[in-house]
Amino acid sequence: MKILVPVKRVLDYNVKPRVKSDGTGVDLANVKMSMNPFDEIGIEEAIRLKEKGVATEVIAVSVGPAKATETLRTALAMGADRAILVQTDDAVEPLALAKIFKAIADAEQPGLVILGKQAIDDDNNQTGQMLGALTGWAQGTFASAVNVDGDHVNVTREVDGGLETVKLKLPAIVTTDLRLNEPRYASLPNIMKAKSKPLDTKSPADYGVDTAPRVKTIKVSEPPVRSAGVKVADVDELVAKLKAMGVHS
Amino acid sequence: MKTLVWVEHDGKAVKDATLAVVTAASKLGEVHLLVAGSDVDAVAKEAAGIAGVGKVHVADNAAFGHNLPENIAPLVAELMASHDAFLAPATTTGKNIAPRVAALLDVMQISEILSVEGPKTFTRPIYAGNAIATVESSDAKLVLTVRGTAFEKAATTGGSGTIEAVSAGGDAGLSSFVGAEIAKQDRPELTSAKIIVSGGRALGSSEKYQEVIVPLADKLNAALGASRAAVDAGYVPNDYQVGQTGKIVAPEVYFAIGISGAIQHLAGMKDSKTIVAINKDEDAPIFQVADFGLVADLFNAVPELTGKI
Repeated sequence: MKILVPVKRVLDYNVKPRVKSDGTGVDLANVKMSMNPFDEIGIEEAIRLKEKGVATEVIAVSVGPAKATETLRTALAMGADRAILVQTDDAVEPLALAKIFKAIADAEQPGLVILGKQAIDDDNNQTGQMLGALTGWAQGTFASAVNVDGDHVNVTREVDGGLETVKLKLPAIVTTDLRLNEPRYASLPNIMKAKSKPLDTKSPADYGVDTAPRVKTIKVSEPPVRSAGVKVADVDELVAKLKAMGVHS
Repeated sequence: MKTLVWVEHDGKAVKDATLAVVTAASKLGEVHLLVAGSDVDAVAKEAAGIAGVGKVHVADNAAFGHNLPENIAPLVAELMASHDAFLAPATTTGKNIAPRVAALLDVMQISEILSVEGPKTFTRPIYAGNAIATVESSDAKLVLTVRGTAFEKAATTGGSGTIEAVSAGGDAGLSSFVGAEIAKQDRPELTSAKIIVSGGRALGSSEKYQEVIVPLADKLNAALGASRAAVDAGYVPNDYQVGQTGKIVAPEVYFAIGISGAIQHLAGMKDSKTIVAINKDEDAPIFQVADFGLVADLFNAVPELTGKI
């Protein structure tokens, strides 16, 4: 089967975001961008399924500006077979993303779509579940283990309180959690090879999807700053501070 | 506005997360609840007693027993014909179900709201809590998940909701529940605890976590937490994880022990009332948010603290 893996280009997770002084958003000019960490895990899982002989082809897809090509090349260098860039300079909301991925799934007929559980910029945690609704497929969200068994997939999910396993009919949607796997690094020869792998460029209009936002951002502001604390000299002083607050056994 | 609140429960009792959602919903209008599950009479009765609740819709069907979104989302979508907003807690259950409902209704969801600013205007954190966005929905119906630590909990008594059975929905035949491994804890739940004692990578092993962190938590009747590094290293199960990708907590007192304070961790705990950090690296970023910081070797300082408090 084919596996479709959506990937997103986001502000690198190590960079501390700075809110623009005019309150319109977070400053993304001249900052390091990378593949969303949960999506790297998605690519890795798809490649592992291919290495096990479960998958035949891994297709990476990204919706974003021309620079998202770099993110797709990273996915190709990790081992994806081909890529589709749905090029747009607009910020596309999860609902519209899910509609684009639905159209691509209709065209490509994958057995699995593996998405990250959330993007670390908008922190929405929606796209995979929405794609489940639009395709009418089952969803295995926050996956820490994925085992394809014939026409089903068993997904172990990270839930509040522990783990649970669900059995889903294929085709299905999986969203990755951090502990699903450790993504590989692309080697230099593979980075070179990725440059000649096929990458199609499309637009949201090619899939008949309207990307006009449903949710308007009125402003973006800094979170409240915590007032500076104090350093205590030793455990006794800490105990005194805690007892003054009413914290004791 | 008529709201429909997803009641999270374990089959026996309403979970605390629901109560904060009721408070958020009451800021929008009339509060109706949905109790879905298998054999949920007791839960429905308890839900009807929550202060401020109107109708309690009860969908009792084996297909709803394990919160499978393939079965639950169509049920909610059908009930939304007579409601204006669907609200669920931003727990793993709520996050799993709500976006599937939103897409069935062809509306955008607003995730993890922190406040209700107007009938369609909300604030929510983005970039791991490093920015707060004020957003306004233009959709006809609202689908929201609610950050539990951002709203007061509604009182569990004093309500007089009317219970009404729902016959809609059933097994979509797409998914089934296989099993669960739920970590057993005889202590307060992480997301509702007043005090949390959290350990990080500096502990070095699972044994040291048990030896150093657990006694302090026992003494304070605190919940146990951990950084992602401690979870990844296998010191504790993953449901202990506090942070952007784990649980979001806001206790009265949060002890960060041997935790450097990466932004992903801070995203999960920086709304705590008081933060206490113990770390031997005086430049650790955790000290920038800590109310009380102690620069010391945790292996000496924590047992001493446990002894003296």
